Amino acid sequence: MDREEWKNLLSLDYKNRGRRKPVYHSESKIELADCYDPEELMKTGFDPEKDLGLPGTFPFTRGIHPAMYRADFWIMGQYAGFGNPEATNERFKYLLSKGQTALALALDLPTQLGIESDEELADGEVGKAGVAINSLKDMEEIFDGIPLNKPRQIFTTANAIGPIMLVLFLALGEKQGIDPGQYSVVLQNDILKEYVARGAYIFPPSPSLKFSIDAVEYCTCHYPRFKPIVICGSHMRQGGATAVQEVAFTLSNAEAYIDEAVGRGLDIDDFAPFIECQLSVPMNLFEEVAKYRAFRRMWARMLKERYQAKKPESMKCFIRVYTTGYTMTAQQPLNNIVRVTVEALGAILGGAQSLSCNAMDEVVSIPTQEAARVALMTQHILANETGIADVADPLGGSYYIESLTNEIEKRALSLMEQIRQKGGAQRAIEEGFYQMLSRKAAGEYQQEIEKGERIIVGLNKFREEKEKIKIDCFKVEEGVQGKVIEKLHNLKAQRNPDDVERCLGRLEQEVRLGKNSIPALRDCALAYATIGEMCRVLGKIWGFYHEGAKWI
Amino acid sequence: MDMKENRQRARVLVAKIGLDGHNRGAQVVANGLREAGMEVIYTGIRQTPSSVARAAIQEDVDVIGISSMVGAHLPIVKKLMKELEALNASDIPVILGGIIPEEDYGPLREAGVSQIFPPGAAVKEIVKYIESIVNAKAGSGPAAGRGHHADPDHQC
Repeated sequence: MDREEWKNLLSLDYKNRGRRKPVYHSESKIELADCYDPEELMKTGFDPEKDLGLPGTFPFTRGIHPAMYRADFWIMGQYAGFGNPEATNERFKYLLSKGQTALALALDLPTQLGIESDEELADGEVGKAGVAINSLKDMEEIFDGIPLNKPRQIFTTANAIGPIMLVLFLALGEKQGIDPGQYSVVLQNDILKEYVARGAYIFPPSPSLKFSIDAVEYCTCHYPRFKPIVICGSHMRQGGATAVQEVAFTLSNAEAYIDEAVGRGLDIDDFAPFIECQLSVPMNLFEEVAKYRAFRRMWARMLKERYQAKKPESMKCFIRVYTTGYTMTAQQPLNNIVRVTVEALGAILGGAQSLSCNAMDEVVSIPTQEAARVALMTQHILANETGIADVADPLGGSYYIESLTNEIEKRALSLMEQIRQKGGAQRAIEEGFYQMLSRKAAGEYQQEIEKGERIIVGLNKFREEKEKIKIDCFKVEEGVQGKVIEKLHNLKAQRNPDDVERCLGRLEQEVRLGKNSIPALRDCALAYATIGEMCRVLGKIWGFYHEGAKWI
Repeated sequence: MDMKENRQRARVLVAKIGLDGHNRGAQVVANGLREAGMEVIYTGIRQTPSSVARAAIQEDVDVIGISSMVGAHLPIVKKLMKELEALNASDIPVILGGIIPEEDYGPLREAGVSQIFPPGAAVKEIVKYIESIVNAKAGSGPAAGRGHHADPDHQC
């Protein structure tokens, strides 16, 4: 049967059986064809030689390793950390004993913002969104009995304080007597996205960007096993951006960081292999799979063409994935296990290197132990029971997936061009361009739900009318704040104040001279200066950033 | 639009107190309220209870909406209530949305929160609620000439 005849059949089918929607779109509003075939695919200019290649070869559309998960599964991480260092230590030991291969350290907001636990602004937030860390002392307790080289990787969300977390790990390694060549720390250290979503900034964008690159520069020269920056699209996605925007924003931010690093004289091939990217994975399965494939290809082309990278390692993008918060519902919370499973499936089919699954109760609180276990076991089930990991890029060559991959790349490239014309990522963010686009998309998403155009099970359809939203919430132990503050005060009484003073003075001097801040910060950490004290010194030089109130 | 009608548009302060920077919800709600015809001020993130209380009085708002996503809602609300009381403004209703476990609803209500919107709440529910309290305060029925935004089917 030829295509024309089939089209007639199709019209007849719609006529007889109707259609659920007048037009079908992907999440990013890419209009979908009735069915994908060679003709549809060719419309996107698909060239298998140029666009696809084989797994582990340029442009890495099909994955960064030739054998992908046939050699080894992805890294299974779970985000954890809450309360005081002792509680986090206990949770880490539990997760390691259950087969988790990497640790992710969540920091409470005061820590992320360089605010000491006893400051007024910290009141009520100590130990809430993660663990409270004031100084090296807390790091020593969190990793008590956990040598830094035991997990495959240790990941932390420090951004505005990214370089400070780096020096805390270096100082801790020294205390534990473990050579930095033997462990691997992954710093998120991506400040640009904080001004777009999540909001954990301290200083203005320009010095913050340079501060991030201090860590990149230092690790490149001294600790090549570390991953000094993870460029994140996931938070901007959670903040409302579409899949296409997530790709374009993340890669534009990557350009800003790489430009700064290259501008300092670093060789692209010395640091690009250690950059990781972090993306989200909401529910639109096929678009997500295509997104990962497009992202890897765009990364490879950008590194090769724009930055003249020579090493294939520089062109391979290590992708770290978090399942999505905004797709989960507080209604019928057990359903979130299914959502997380589908999202995890998307990440694996898309070829991710590391995956963290949300726990079903995260929509109302930090996860309980049981919910965290189900989230981890979800990964083990997908890895071991389904066979989805047995072939590299299992969806490669699908007319649909390849068309979507090309379309996402095309649209994201065009958005990146707009961002370049605004003067690059930092400028575009300063003028609110990313924010405007993602707010708009978030508003539309909410509207679609309220109009019933987008069905969210249990929320706007298939509701349990009498349902009371109730989950066993994990509670942070009462009195955590008091304990943390007491320890902070003890620390300040016990440490050598002259040492602290001297190290902080040197930090100020070196930063004012435009030197890389890491060596001076490392000495501050070893002298048990607090993160807050280090940030106050930096803020004195760079100023602090504030978002103003406005009528909207 | 004449002055009288103008003043009857609900004025809402949407605020983020504390260190939590997750502002998607706050902004979606703020935009939704505006599209429903209300006058909305969004404070931006990292406000203090006292700055929010002062802004609420200065801007003469009808209601304060707080968004909290990281579990700090109880202390934040208690401090805000204290600040409002100190400024003789306890009559400004405070509503709350975000990640709020149900077991905290009781203590939050006791602290004076007039309504709590869980994750997934529709903006139109929030619109409806705000209009009901503003109407009750004005002591006026539907005949009081409220604008098009009073239409319950009006969607943001």
